[in-house]
Amino acid sequence: MMNNINQALYAKRKRSNFIGLTLSMISMGLGMIFLLWILSILFYKGFSAIDLDMFIKSTPAPGTDGGGLANAILGSLMIVTACTLISTPIGVMAGIYLSEYGANSKIAAITRFVNDIMLSAPSIVIGLFIYAVIVAQVKHFSGWAGTIALALIAIPVVVRTTENMLQLVPIQLREAAYALGAPRWKVAFSVTLTAAKAGVITGILLALARVSGETAPLLFTALNNQFFSTNMNAPMANLPVVIFQFAMSPYDNWVDLAWGAALLITLFVLGLNILTRVIFREKVQA
Amino acid sequence: MMEATNSQSAELKNALEIKDLQFFYGSFQGLKNINLNIAEKHVTAFIGPSGCGKSTLLRTLNRMYDLYPGQRAEGEINFYGQNILDSKQDLNLLRSRIGMIFQKPTPFPMSIYDNIAFGVKLYETLSRAEMDERVEWSLTKAALWGEVKDKLNQSGLSLSGGQQQRLCIARGVSVKPSILLLDEPTSALDPISTAKVEELVHELKKDYTIAIVTHNMQQAARVSDFTAYMYLGEMMEFGKTDELFLKPKRKETEDYITGRFG
Repeated sequence: MMNNINQALYAKRKRSNFIGLTLSMISMGLGMIFLLWILSILFYKGFSAIDLDMFIKSTPAPGTDGGGLANAILGSLMIVTACTLISTPIGVMAGIYLSEYGANSKIAAITRFVNDIMLSAPSIVIGLFIYAVIVAQVKHFSGWAGTIALALIAIPVVVRTTENMLQLVPIQLREAAYALGAPRWKVAFSVTLTAAKAGVITGILLALARVSGETAPLLFTALNNQFFSTNMNAPMANLPVVIFQFAMSPYDNWVDLAWGAALLITLFVLGLNILTRVIFREKVQA
Repeated sequence: MMEATNSQSAELKNALEIKDLQFFYGSFQGLKNINLNIAEKHVTAFIGPSGCGKSTLLRTLNRMYDLYPGQRAEGEINFYGQNILDSKQDLNLLRSRIGMIFQKPTPFPMSIYDNIAFGVKLYETLSRAEMDERVEWSLTKAALWGEVKDKLNQSGLSLSGGQQQRLCIARGVSVKPSILLLDEPTSALDPISTAKVEELVHELKKDYTIAIVTHNMQQAARVSDFTAYMYLGEMMEFGKTDELFLKPKRKETEDYITGRFG
């Protein structure tokens, strides 16, 4: 019945389809294998380290038994929270400027270009920079220096996503607000930003996820602190640097704690990613 | 062809007088020598094929084009004697006096109540009770009150398309402008919603001057008192709607309204 079909050509197409499909399945499988491998080792080694002590005791001194991560968990939470409080307003406002005010102006084009460079800047360079301009000047490591280093990494992410999300808001919505006699700032903040709210929050959470695992900038700035401390003006314990120092140590309890810390960060980032999906889905349904 | 206009304007008060208006998108001239009066508390319709400049003309009347660099207008548009093309014109104030409703419904991402309150709060300080009253008044004007009075706190986006458009009309009316510009307000609506909006236009012209752009000639014939036929950026014919549709003075107008062209 299908006389007009060239059987050889049809068979050939079926073959190429099979080959293409197989190759992409293998690639996907490879990616998944490594991901699951990482996760399973993390859970296997990290899960046994997680107990109540981990949350109530501070990092142990060399040669002592037990210990926990209380100081590092608190330090990480304080540094990352402060980083979010600094980078959110700056990043969102800069994004609003680029999308709503600067538009095609030269200064906006330059800002966008520099921001893109900052987005891909190696985090160790940013750590070194903060070391040079803050730590070396005040002559001591501090939680604040770590916060600022992380903020420099988070801001470009927030700027980029905010601008992109605002650009997705239809121009007609802005015109409708202008048509009521609303001034520009009112349109930007009350209408455009509100319309893009879910996307902007997603951007902030993704920036948060990005910085919560950063190690290099903290090595130069917050360093570490063996003791429980809430002083942001002094060296501060934090999970990434604890992982870095403990994982390669000769003490078994330190290595266990490093795995526990790694699992904690992973779960935190996983939680953030799930949260962003939930927020974004709610917006789509609204 | 303008003599008809002038004789009519003798008894009518003009809300807007457009004189020798030229409009440019960069180097492209979108409007050429437009001369036209828009009568107070009447409906003036603009018809013509796509790209003829009718929306452009509407967007010069509240200077919406000013948002976009490279677009400019020359000539005069006198709004009760004041030239709104003057560079000293306060645009926000102008737009609060000359409101605009768009083709697609554009509810703000906030509650139905706040959609109305947004515009009112810009220029008036009302107590909560006064604001409640204004919201009810505007929604009643837009024939939407009955449908939404029990869900004022719900998002404006939860309404149907036709309801959203009436919400936008309520929002436009709520700031008590002097003129309402309607840019193809029913082209995204179903026939029932369209009929409601048309009825509304009839109601609203008791208090407001209305200019409407429409692709639908029956609609222009139904709702307007005056009609302007535009083609390629020029005003081809302008006159009382009955006269323009029954005995157009120009061949081009006749061809367009009888469907031989366009």
